[in-house]
Amino acid sequence: MASLRYSKSAFFAAALLLASCQREKHDIQPAPTRLAIYGDAARQSALRPGGSVKPQPVVTNPYNASGYDISEGQRLYDWYNCSGCHFAGGGGIGPPLIKKEWIYGGEPANLFDTIVKGRPNGMPSWGGRIPEYQIWQIVAYVRSMNGEQPTSATPTRPDTIETNPQNLVNRVPGATK
Amino acid sequence: MDRIRLTHICLGLFVVLPAFAQIQNQPDDGQWVMPAKNYASTRYSTLAEINASNVRNLRTAFTFSLGTTRGAEAAPLVVNNTMYIVTPFPNNLYALDLTKPGAPVKWVYEPHTNASSQGVACCDVVNRGAAYYNGKIYYNLLDVETVAVDANTGKLIWRTKLGDINNGESITMAPIVAKGKVLVGNSGGEFGVRGWLAGLDADTGKIAWRAYSAGPDKDVLIGPNFKPFYKMDQGTDLGVRTWPPDAWKIGGASAWSWISYDPQLDLFYYGTSNPGPWNPEQRPGDNKWSSTLFARRPDTGEAIWAYQMNPHDLHDYDGVNENVLLDLTVNGQSRKLLAHPDRNGFLYLMDRQTGEIVSAEKFGFTNTSESVDLKTGALRLNTQKQTGFHTVRDACPAPPGVKDWQPSSYSPKTGLLYIPHNNLCYESQGTNANYIAGTPYVGMKVRMYAGPGGNRGVFGAWDPVHAKYVWSINEMFPVWSGALSTAGDIVFYGTMDGWFKAVDAHDGKPLWQFKVGSGIIGQPVAYKGPDGKEYIAILSGVGGWSGAVVSGGLNGVDGTGALGFLNAMSDLGKYTTKGGMLYVFSLP
Repeated sequence: MASLRYSKSAFFAAALLLASCQREKHDIQPAPTRLAIYGDAARQSALRPGGSVKPQPVVTNPYNASGYDISEGQRLYDWYNCSGCHFAGGGGIGPPLIKKEWIYGGEPANLFDTIVKGRPNGMPSWGGRIPEYQIWQIVAYVRSMNGEQPTSATPTRPDTIETNPQNLVNRVPGATK
Repeated sequence: MDRIRLTHICLGLFVVLPAFAQIQNQPDDGQWVMPAKNYASTRYSTLAEINASNVRNLRTAFTFSLGTTRGAEAAPLVVNNTMYIVTPFPNNLYALDLTKPGAPVKWVYEPHTNASSQGVACCDVVNRGAAYYNGKIYYNLLDVETVAVDANTGKLIWRTKLGDINNGESITMAPIVAKGKVLVGNSGGEFGVRGWLAGLDADTGKIAWRAYSAGPDKDVLIGPNFKPFYKMDQGTDLGVRTWPPDAWKIGGASAWSWISYDPQLDLFYYGTSNPGPWNPEQRPGDNKWSSTLFARRPDTGEAIWAYQMNPHDLHDYDGVNENVLLDLTVNGQSRKLLAHPDRNGFLYLMDRQTGEIVSAEKFGFTNTSESVDLKTGALRLNTQKQTGFHTVRDACPAPPGVKDWQPSSYSPKTGLLYIPHNNLCYESQGTNANYIAGTPYVGMKVRMYAGPGGNRGVFGAWDPVHAKYVWSINEMFPVWSGALSTAGDIVFYGTMDGWFKAVDAHDGKPLWQFKVGSGIIGQPVAYKGPDGKEYIAILSGVGGWSGAVVSGGLNGVDGTGALGFLNAMSDLGKYTTKGGMLYVFSLP
């Protein structure tokens, strides 16, 4: 019993250690700019004519699990003015990114595709403007807004102007002159 | 007997003639040929069949679905028993035949506006309407084009491209046609565009002139006849010298809203938008000619005077709001005036010949500035509320101002200006805006919330001569619709939660209201139908900057969304859903 408890905690400690290794991963020589388009992998329909189909090849985000990449994604999200239209995920000029239903798919390959190719109702086509590894970092950050990245690697979403959430509660203008 | 009658007639002439000489007393044939009703922009109808005592009997005459789900800000036009409606993107133009039961579609013109233009529309993909002139309907497309369509057949006559979405440009404003020139300005103050207003030949669509809002005097069409009233607006090439090097090329100052015209003085009036980026620390200087009122000649575009309301704007206070042209007696003097309720919270009453300010009083809660110095024209700022990289809280009004685009109406009968407006405050923190052509250039994190009292909107009746409110009505949401006043002593407006309302023009007493399908941000109009009856028309369809939370399906957890408006509007979805629809009302 005691040994079991012991091995359980050891397992968790090991798991935690592994996760944090991943979290601290920092690719100092990112893949060169290739600007590939992952089009074929990024299907947008769950409807596959002809009955059951072979599972499609899954494209995984090579930059999806380290804190460095996600926070880089957050920085680049501002740098390339993604935040100008989508803000901190609530949307405005463009649609929100904190959501359940994605118009063009919410899988990493779909998001990569959306950024590279653009979308017909206003999403610019960034292909040729952003290096591929940076697009993946942005994808990782956007996924993190919905809690779809490892929480250990996810930065806090900046939905307050200052990290002071109580600031807006029942604010009455003129009260603090 | 005869003599008495003659005296009566003479007296009558005496009373009536000077009244008709006033610019606000325009002849009215019962049609509605431009969004603001007339060049003076009074939005006043002399029709009086529907009045304060019978308006409670108003009922729907017919409706029409726009087939769109974005904000419907346009004014329907009524010309030759036909109603013309421009939809939000994709900017289809519908002609409805008012002579037939149910007003069926006569024709539709579909311009196939470039869908990518939706990505450079700052505040929903709205369109504020068309203008009729000489057998043609003129209106603008979101992808920076102007079209002229045959009013009878719906056939395209000309189509002119005026700019490029890849520079962040778009068009949402309604043109007016003055002296054979179609006047059109661009949008894009949040995209680092270079703002302009152009005059197009009404017959051919050829660009006759283009007046930039910034840059050297020759580009701004400033010449020897330019005589600004105040010293602060005098000097050479101020459109270059009041900016950091080259910043004027991406400095905003677009012309996305209303234009008025005085045919006697042969001057048209319009305001320019905020400078870009919002973060003022990135553009030291007065940033001329952003947030400025211009008076220009329609033939040449030449500037005659200008007045910058908000030099070095700190709060996105565009100067684009309507200019209602009025001939009034103020302080015993009869003057040719314009009334301009600015985003900054001051209602400017100005001499429209010279640009001199007659009065400038607060018409809503404002703490970002104290007053306007009538000697120098300077806005006295509250230094506590100056924005920049630091955080500023409780600045009022918020970026949409005490009043945004939603146009007011003036009744010559009551002498009151009916102003739909906002009551919003905000907090902000600047960031370093990064210019990438075709993407936003703002550099400011914003969160808005209700101003004092908690009501986010107000509808008020303002006495321009005495510069004070006579009455006002608080509304839960910003009153983002236009106003309409009529000789029936009633005023119409709509609310974002979907009530179309008629109130008494004298005291604001509610007289009638009707719940439409979606929140109202459109412009009500009145017209005489082919049957001789009076009709009231309004588009329902929530959206716009304030309603983007519903029309764009935004997520309210992020208060900074929609340039910070999301924080103030996240509950709108509990009160209304999206969908564009025309409603027309009449008495039974």
